Amino acid sequence: MTSILAIIFGAIFVNNFVLTRFLGICPFLGVSKKVDTSIGMGMAVTFVMGLASLVTWLLEYYILQAFQLEYLRTIVFILVIAALVQFVELVIRKISPVLYQALGIFLPLITTNCAVLGVALLNVQLEHNLLEAVIFGVAAALGFTLALVILAGIRERLELVAIPKHFRGVSLALIIAGILSIAFMGFQGMM
Amino acid sequence: MIVAAVITLAGLGLIFGGALAYASQKFAVEVDPKVEEVRELLAGANCGACGCAGCDQFAEEVVTGNAPVTGCTPAGAEVAAKIAEILGADMPVDMERQVAQLKCVGDCNTVKVKHIYDGARDCRAALMFGGGPIACSFGCVGLGNCVRVCPTDAISMGENGLPVVDKDLCIGCSICVKECPRQVLELVPETKKHHVSCRNQDKGKQVREVCSRGCIACTLCVKKCPENAISMVNNVAVIDYSLCTNCGTCVEVCPQNTII
Repeated sequence: MTSILAIIFGAIFVNNFVLTRFLGICPFLGVSKKVDTSIGMGMAVTFVMGLASLVTWLLEYYILQAFQLEYLRTIVFILVIAALVQFVELVIRKISPVLYQALGIFLPLITTNCAVLGVALLNVQLEHNLLEAVIFGVAAALGFTLALVILAGIRERLELVAIPKHFRGVSLALIIAGILSIAFMGFQGMM
Repeated sequence: MIVAAVITLAGLGLIFGGALAYASQKFAVEVDPKVEEVRELLAGANCGACGCAGCDQFAEEVVTGNAPVTGCTPAGAEVAAKIAEILGADMPVDMERQVAQLKCVGDCNTVKVKHIYDGARDCRAALMFGGGPIACSFGCVGLGNCVRVCPTDAISMGENGLPVVDKDLCIGCSICVKECPRQVLELVPETKKHHVSCRNQDKGKQVREVCSRGCIACTLCVKKCPENAISMVNNVAVIDYSLCTNCGTCVEVCPQNTII
């Protein structure tokens, strides 16, 4: 039980995928203009990462390791993630056209989101069992969502503030991301 | 060994492909292919001249029949005809390309200054303070609200303090026309060269007191126009562009140089 709590806490705060491991920076900057869309993106990524963790774990242990095909790991994982993202895109388009429009190009970009591939590869590297792998995937995605929502909240407030011309937009977002990253470094001492 | 790798990858690909094909049928969203076709034709500036929230919505509205095929002014008559063709609808009246035209010649040399305004660089703000910095209560304030709202950067501030419209860049979206608190901008047919550049509805004497080039309603142009295209409405000459032949007689006779 404590090990699972450690995995959750570790994935969300200590080794936050965006702010400590620096994975998935593209949507972190791209979809963090509004809190609503960032939550939508976070939910989509959470679903994909949870499912990807499950499927890649099964593939890793029942196919790749069973047939000594570990060298195919990366390409197989990419295949799984691409198929999953396509599936999620189809579902979102059907269920919530508004969210589909808001996410725009970033939905297909989850395919190439290194955070998703990262969680699948880390599951193998850290030798998680199936339950741990899925929990790690979901927790990592929640950490990603947390970082996204924090940045989106800050950027929403910054819209109303007089900012020197040269700092407006992405440049200030990158500076904020850096400061957030330093703040999350503080969690390192807790583990 | 190689066989196992090939079978694994091909098998996985086949499974995922099949699952996706099934899902795409199960979760298919019906989109009218016409919407996509119409959307491709539009100008794509999302300017809002049609009254819809962006080009995507306009495409949908046109296909469902809630918006006219000529709604997209920036795209022009050619596109309207193509849209009409896609929808199988009749092409309504021919539409001419329109551009924004400033209806004021009150620059810093001609119009009298009432007070020096040194506040926020915004026409509306300036007008709130004592009815505006210039003596004319119809003319251009010259603080560039139109310049800021123009989606294609077609309007710039000229040296004389009046906005200048670049007719090649103007897409006729009418955003500046709606924005201008003094309504001195107007959409005019691009082919027409001569315009009455004044909107002052006061009597001639009062106009002369505030501006040296304002329309004093002398009706010379009305009398001399060979096409009878000019009429006097509320003490201002108005050209009926459907009759105007660009002959330039009005420009020559105007004693105030109001018609340019």
